[in-house]
Amino acid sequence: MTLATEQFILNIGPLHPSTHGVFRMRVTMDGETIQDVEPVFGYLHRGLEKLCESHTYKQNIPITDRLDYVSAINNNWPYVMAVEKLAEIQVPLRAEYLRVIMGELQRIASHLLAVGSLMNDMGVFYTAFMYMFREREKIIDLLEMVTGQRLLYNYMRFGGVSMDFPAEFIPALKRFLNIMPSYLDEYDSMMADNEILLSRTKGIGILTPEMAVNSSASGPLLRGSGVKWDLRKDAPYSVYDRFDFDIPTGNNGDCYDRYRVRMEEMRQSIRIINQAIEQLPSGKEKVMVPLRIRPPKGETYSQIEAPRGILGCYIVSDGSTKPYRCHFRAPAFINLTLLQELLIGQKLADAIIIFGSIDLSMGEVDR
Amino acid sequence: MNNWLISLDNSVGNFWLQFLIMAVFIIAFVMSSVIMFIWTERRVIARFQARLGPNRAGPFGLFQAIADTVKILTKEDIIPSLADRVLFWTAPAIAFIPTLMIMATIPFMNGFQMVDLNVGVLFISAVSAISAIGIFLSGVAGNNKYSLIGAMREIAQLISFEIPMVLSLASLVIACGSMSLTQIVAAQNVPNIILQPLGFVVFMVAILAEINRTPFDLVEADSELTCGFNTEYSGMKFALLYLTEYSEAVVGAALITTFFLGGWRGPFLPGIMWFVVKMIASFMFILWLRSTLPRLRIDQSMHLAWKGLLPLALVNLFVIALKNVFFPDLSLWISVPVYILVSVLVILLWAGFLRKGRKSLVV
Amino acid sequence: MNIADNQELSSHLRTHFGEGIIVHGEYVEITIGKFERVAKYLKESLGYEFLSMITAIDYIDYFELVYRIEAFQNKATVQLKLKCEKVKPVVPSLSHLWYGARLQEREVYDLFGIEFSNHPNLKRIVLWEGFQGYPLRKDFKVKSYDAGN
Repeated sequence: MTLATEQFILNIGPLHPSTHGVFRMRVTMDGETIQDVEPVFGYLHRGLEKLCESHTYKQNIPITDRLDYVSAINNNWPYVMAVEKLAEIQVPLRAEYLRVIMGELQRIASHLLAVGSLMNDMGVFYTAFMYMFREREKIIDLLEMVTGQRLLYNYMRFGGVSMDFPAEFIPALKRFLNIMPSYLDEYDSMMADNEILLSRTKGIGILTPEMAVNSSASGPLLRGSGVKWDLRKDAPYSVYDRFDFDIPTGNNGDCYDRYRVRMEEMRQSIRIINQAIEQLPSGKEKVMVPLRIRPPKGETYSQIEAPRGILGCYIVSDGSTKPYRCHFRAPAFINLTLLQELLIGQKLADAIIIFGSIDLSMGEVDR
Repeated sequence: MNNWLISLDNSVGNFWLQFLIMAVFIIAFVMSSVIMFIWTERRVIARFQARLGPNRAGPFGLFQAIADTVKILTKEDIIPSLADRVLFWTAPAIAFIPTLMIMATIPFMNGFQMVDLNVGVLFISAVSAISAIGIFLSGVAGNNKYSLIGAMREIAQLISFEIPMVLSLASLVIACGSMSLTQIVAAQNVPNIILQPLGFVVFMVAILAEINRTPFDLVEADSELTCGFNTEYSGMKFALLYLTEYSEAVVGAALITTFFLGGWRGPFLPGIMWFVVKMIASFMFILWLRSTLPRLRIDQSMHLAWKGLLPLALVNLFVIALKNVFFPDLSLWISVPVYILVSVLVILLWAGFLRKGRKSLVV
Repeated sequence: MNIADNQELSSHLRTHFGEGIIVHGEYVEITIGKFERVAKYLKESLGYEFLSMITAIDYIDYFELVYRIEAFQNKATVQLKLKCEKVKPVVPSLSHLWYGARLQEREVYDLFGIEFSNHPNLKRIVLWEGFQGYPLRKDFKVKSYDAGN
C-alpha cells in the first residue's frame, strides 16, 4: 500500500533558537528529510558599505566593529591595514604585537562561542555553552581591561592601536594562559568521546576539499575539509611570520572535523599569544596620524584570517577624506554559499548541526 | 496511618472515603512533586552548568515555580486561527489525566494505595500510551509545522519504545510472580535493580523515551523545532502541558522506584519517606543525563529501540524465564553475580556489534 | 606553472587570447568579451582555483568589477578587473566555474544592478524584491544622510 504524501514548506527563522541571529531558511521537507533550502538574507542589513562612503576614514573604524560582532577586534584589522597600505603609514612593531595578542584572544572567545552554540544546537541543554561562557567571560574581562569595552572594542587605529596594555594586563593574561589549556582539556573530556556527540557529528555534512575550494569557503570550514590554507601561515600579515604554530586540519570534512579544528585552533592561539608576550618589544603603541587622513588616489585590498575565515577589505580612495568605495569580503557570507550543497538530503536535526558548524554571525552576512 | 487506612479498607462502605482521601492525596502529591521537581531541576542543572539558578523568589528560590505559575496563568491565551479548536482545548487534558491515573496504582506505602489492581503492570503500560496520544493531538491541533513534526516523532518514539519497556516489565512479572504492584514491591527482598540489571537498563532507557527526556527529547527539541509539540500553546493550556511534562517525570521516577528500587521498602524510615527518597534519586539521574547528553536524531533513536533495546529485552526475558523454570531456588549469591556478568557481556557485545554495523553503514 | 608577476601573466594570457589584456599595477584588466574564457583558463590551466572575492565599484561613467582569484599551490594571486557600461550593465557570470561566485554575484546584482548572464538564481539578496534603486550606486540618494548635507 502506498500512502499519499506531500512535501511541505517550513520556515526556519528569522526567529529561531538555532539560526544564530536573524536568518531565515525556507526549507522544503519530505517528512524529516530536507528536499530544498532557500536562504533568505537581509534582516540585519544596515548598508555598512554605503555608510562607509559617507564617513571619514577614521569614523569608519567603529563601523567595522559592527560587522562580525563576536570578533570585533579582528574586524578592525583588515580595514586599518588597507588604509595604512594606501596612506603608507608605518605601524610600530609593538603595535603589531598588541594587535596579534588582542586578535588571538578574540579568536579564542569567538571559537568558544561557536563550539558552545554548536553543542546547544545538538541539544546539550546549555551545559557546554555555560562552560564556554565561563572562559569567554575571562577573555572579555581581559579585553575590557585594555579597551574599556566588552563587545565592540573600537581598538585599532591607523598606525597602531588605541591604547597600550595597562600594567596589570600582562600578569592577568599570563594567569589566563596558564589556566586555559586545562579548561580546553576539560571540554575535551566532556565532549570528545561522548558517543552521542560522535554519532551526531561524524560523517554528517561532509564537505569535500574540492567543493570547499570551489565554493570559496574559508576558515575552519575549509580547514576542516583538509585544505591547509591559513593566511597567518600562507600569506603572513602583521608579525605572524615570527611565531611558531601549527595549522590544524580535518580529514573528512564533517561537522566533527570542524569542531576539532576550532578546538585545536584555540590551543594554537594560546601558543601564539605566549610567544608574543615573550617577544613583546618596547616602543610606542601608535604613530601620530592626522585626524582626517587623505590617502592618495588608488585602491588596495588587505585580508586577515578572522575566526570565521578570510576577512578582506577592499578600499578605493579618490584622494578625499572619505573612502570612495569600501567592500568587505565577509567570510560568513561566502561560507553560506554552501548551505544548499550541505543541507539538501539531510535530516532536519542534522541540518541544524551543519548550520551550527558553519558558524555564522549575521552581522557579517548581511552587513 | 498505615494501619488506619487498612482498617478503613475492610468495610465496604468506607470505599468512597478511601477513594476521596487518596484522590486528594494523589493530586496533592503530584502537584507538589511537580513544583519540587521543577525547582530541583532548575537548581541542580544550574549547578551542573556552573551557575546559580533561580535564587530570588523565597528561600533558595523555592517559590520560583509558584511565581512562574502565576505568570503563566495571567498570560494571554492565544489560539491560532487555523487550529482545530476542540482538539486544541482537549489535548492538554488528554495528556495530563493519564499521569494521575498511573499514580493511582502506585503503592506509596504498604497498603497506602488508591487501588491495588491485580493487573497493575498491564494497566500502566496501557494508560501511559494515552498520554502520548494527548501530546500527539496537541501537536497536530495547533496547525504548526514544527509541532506537526514533533507529533510525528512522538508517535514513532512511543511505538518503538513501548515494546522493550513492556518486555522488560514482563521479565519483572515472571520474576516476581504477580502483576500487582504491591506484590512486585513485596517480592523485592533484594531490589530488582540488582536482580535484573539488564532489565533495569532497558526499562530506564525506554522510560526516558516515554517521558521525552534527554537524550530522547526529540518531541520538544528546542534547538530544532523551537518548542516541538507545544509551540502554539500559551497561557493556561501551556501550563497544563508543562505540568504534564513534569508529572510524567514524577510518574517515571515513581515507576522506576516501584519496579526496580524496591518501592517503599527500606530500613528505619517510614515507607513513604523511602519512596520519596528513591523517587528523587531516580529523578536526579534523569537530570544528570539531561545536563550532559546531546540529543539523538530520530533515526538513531529508532535504531536504538529496535536494534538495541528490543534484543536486549528479549535476552533478559529469556534468561529470567530460564532461571525461573530450571533453577527457581538458586541462591542469590550465585544468581546475582552470574546475571550481572551476563548483562555486562551482552550489553558490551551488542554495543560492539551495533557499532560495527553502523560503521559499515556510514562508509 | 609558476607565474612571477602580472607582467608575465598578462604576456602569457596575450599569447593565448590576443589583445584586450591590460595591466594596471596589481590589477589585470580584461575586456568583457574575453573575460569568461580567461577566467576558465586561469582556473583550469594555471591553477587559480580559489575565487576569493567579487565586488564592484561605481565610477560614475562606468562600473568596474574586481575579481580576486588565488592559487593555493604556488600562493599566487591575480586580481582581475572588468569594465562594463552604466546603461544596462551585463557581465558574464562565473558561477558555473566557481560555486562560490553565486552569492557574491547576487550581492553585486542587488547593490549595483549589474546583471550576470547565465547566473542560476539571480535575485535580490539583502534587499527585498521590489526595492527601488541600487544602493551602492553613487546616484542613489540616502534620504536621512543627504537631507542634511
